[in-house]
Amino acid sequence: MNFAAKVVAPVTAQPLVRARNVHKSFGDNEVLKGIDLDVMPGEVVVVLGPSGSGKSTFLRCINHLEAIDRGYIEVDNEQVGYQLRRGRLHKLSDRAIAVQRRKIGMVFQQFNLYPHMTALENIIEAPVGVHGQNRKQAVAYAMELLTRIGLADKANAYPRQLSGGQQQRVAIARALAIRPKLMLFDEPTSALDPELVGEVLATMRDLAQQGLTMIVVTHEIGFAREAADRVVFMDGGVVVEEGKPEAVLANPTHPRTRLFLSRFIEKH
Amino acid sequence: MTERTISPSLDMRDVATAHTPIAWERWLLWAFVLFVAADFAWLVAWNKNFGWPIVAQWFTADSILKGLSVTLGLTVVAMIIGIAVGLVLAIARMSDDRLFSSLASLFIWFFRGTPLLVQLIFWYNLSTLFPEISIAIPFGPTLVSWNTNDLITPMTAAIAGLSLNEAAYMAEIIRGGLLSVDKGQVEATDAFGMTRARALRRIIIPQAMRSIIPPTGNQLISMIKATSLVSVIAMADLLYSVQAVYNRTFEVIPMLMVAVIWYLIITSILNVGQGFIERYYARGERGTSNARAAIRLEEPA
Repeated sequence: MNFAAKVVAPVTAQPLVRARNVHKSFGDNEVLKGIDLDVMPGEVVVVLGPSGSGKSTFLRCINHLEAIDRGYIEVDNEQVGYQLRRGRLHKLSDRAIAVQRRKIGMVFQQFNLYPHMTALENIIEAPVGVHGQNRKQAVAYAMELLTRIGLADKANAYPRQLSGGQQQRVAIARALAIRPKLMLFDEPTSALDPELVGEVLATMRDLAQQGLTMIVVTHEIGFAREAADRVVFMDGGVVVEEGKPEAVLANPTHPRTRLFLSRFIEKH
Repeated sequence: MTERTISPSLDMRDVATAHTPIAWERWLLWAFVLFVAADFAWLVAWNKNFGWPIVAQWFTADSILKGLSVTLGLTVVAMIIGIAVGLVLAIARMSDDRLFSSLASLFIWFFRGTPLLVQLIFWYNLSTLFPEISIAIPFGPTLVSWNTNDLITPMTAAIAGLSLNEAAYMAEIIRGGLLSVDKGQVEATDAFGMTRARALRRIIIPQAMRSIIPPTGNQLISMIKATSLVSVIAMADLLYSVQAVYNRTFEVIPMLMVAVIWYLIITSILNVGQGFIERYYARGERGTSNARAAIRLEEPA
């Protein structure tokens, strides 16, 4: 594997994402029980864990799609969803939260492309409508992105005319079009037919090598092994183990990680 | 030898060459129905009691066309206000804010829960309840005031009555449409930092339109006919105009036929328009043209 091209930030840099003691409950069900995580600029963090471990919920807390109950999350030196003013912490308005989200790209399990818009229109919607970019430049950049993911000929196709894998790649291009500082992937391949998973993972591997900061929630252990700088294993709402992929995946120290990985290996 | 021509006997069994049996009983049924329809049309056309010459004579008379324009104008204005207010009500009703959602629910509850005819009469007789309408500081001095009778003409009473009633129904139709949009779409607009207003305008409402339009078409057609209720408050709409004529000439049936034909012409035009709008909002749907085929029970040869 060639990671030489990768831009690795100096060790002294500030983390781009900083989460401390993050708690989240849905009713009586406590899904996150105190998560701590730092993500450095340019780092690719893959979050693994069984279903119901809270990994998707944690990801959705990072861009405040879910409000956390306790703790603290910071992206790019700004606390997500709140602001400290004169010694008191204030909730931000919906509008201010919207502004905070504009530097974070997100890719969903179900793609969530806008079905009434073509691939190109999907991609330029946020740059033109939210970031106020010039339409011509947005279209040019969108075409560049579509070319990079190999779908330039599908620019005028509607999402329903594309395969699942193509839709997800367009969704990735849509998230990239806002030139995000951070990309969140919420189980991007879980809704895909097995034969379509590869093309999406290939696109994501490209991004990882270009030095984009990524947090990826997935079940694809192969992707974690090849593209991750760090693997975080979650279970029962806590981080049970984290480290270099070769260490965590090859020699898991925690019994629950071992159990999860052994099941995975049996399955495949 | 290729695989495609294994033997002549198998070639004959190629389903591409199959004949469809002629459905005699369907042709017979068609002939029978057409015969009955023609006979009925003949009966109506040659029946002197329908007074077709009188229909022709009055069909484009000035008073009738004036009534027609009142009906169309009222329908358009009441529908536009109804949709606009209905949209606001639907959004208010779905908002997390308890105050707005309760107020919207109260409005919808009241205006759907009382007969339109009663609402029209109330608006028209507003002056007996509130002889004066004024803008004032609550419990303080009055700034401006109007005589209610000057404000509430038959026209304003008709518009207020029809549009507020319509708004209550449209609010529920629009709310149903907004609810039909996948939750993931709302999430995507949130994640991209869109404002609520932009998300509604660009992403949510265009997708909701697919389920909003058919019932709205219904509402529009109901509205055209509901405008005839305004004759009780002395608005000269289409129906009122034909009534004015037959009260003088006693040509009740011919004059009603004039109104019926006009109503049918308007609704036919609206149906065509609705078809175009539906096709526009169905873009991006795979196999849009098959929507009809899917519900067709039998395949006509």
